Amino acid sequence: MSTMTAQGTQIYSIFVRATPEQLWDAITKPEFTSKYFYGSVIESTWEQGAQYAGWSSDRSQQYVDGEVIEASPPRKLVTTWRALYDPETAAEPFSRVTWEIEPAGEGVTKLTVVHDELEASPKTAENVAGGWSFVLSGLKTLLETGEPLGG
Amino acid sequence: MDDDHVFRALADPTRRYLLDRLFERDGRTLTELESELEMTRFGVMKHLRVLEGAGLVVTRRSGREKLHFLNPVPIRLIHDRWITKYAEHRVAALANLKTELEESA
Repeated sequence: MSTMTAQGTQIYSIFVRATPEQLWDAITKPEFTSKYFYGSVIESTWEQGAQYAGWSSDRSQQYVDGEVIEASPPRKLVTTWRALYDPETAAEPFSRVTWEIEPAGEGVTKLTVVHDELEASPKTAENVAGGWSFVLSGLKTLLETGEPLGG
Repeated sequence: MDDDHVFRALADPTRRYLLDRLFERDGRTLTELESELEMTRFGVMKHLRVLEGAGLVVTRRSGREKLHFLNPVPIRLIHDRWITKYAEHRVAALANLKTELEESA
C-alpha cells in the first residue's frame, strides 16, 4: 500500500543563499544549531553508528536521541530520530531523518529534509509537522543574515 | 524561492484545494488527486506543476508511482516575513482585550 508508506513520510524543502559546506556546518555544529533548532545543542562525531544527540542549551535535558546512519559531507546526512522532550513521542520507535544538500546554481543551495519511517510513530509525526518548517526558516535566516530569526 | 511564485500559486482556489487535500493526507499520486476534482487529468497536472514550481509541492518516486508531498516551508517563510511583522501587535492587542473583557465579565 503506497499510501500507507507515504503517510509515514514528511518532506520539507528550502532554497538557501549559502554553499553546501556552510549548510553542512549549520546542521552539524552545535554553535549553529543552538541558534535555530529550538536552542538545541546537536552533538555527534558524525561517524556511521555514532550517537546523534540534541541537548537543551544548558545541556540539562536531552531533547533528541538517534544514531548516524550515513554522513557524507557536504551532501547527505541520515540519522535515526526519537524526540525525548515529550513522554508520548519518547515512547514511540525511532524514525529516520535525511538531510539532502544539493547545489542549485548561483550561490544557492537546496536543502531537503525527509522525515520518514514514521508509520509506527504517529505522535512524533504530528509533533514535528510544524517544527521542521520553523527550523528550516530559522536556518535560512541565520545563514543569509547571520542573525537568528527574530521573535 | 521567490515570494511572487508562492503568492501566485496560492492565488487560485483549485491549487489551494489541492494543498488542503495533501495536508489531510500527504504523498498522493496524480490519479488520487484527480479523483477529488471535477477537472481533466491535464488540468490537475498543470496546477500541480505550478505548485511544484513555487516549491509548495515536492514529488518523489516510489516504485512506478510519483507521489506528491506538501512542502509547507514557503508558507512558513511568508508567515515569518509578512504575517509576523504586520499582524503580531494587533493580534496581541485583540487577544489582551478579549482576556480583559472575559475577566471583567
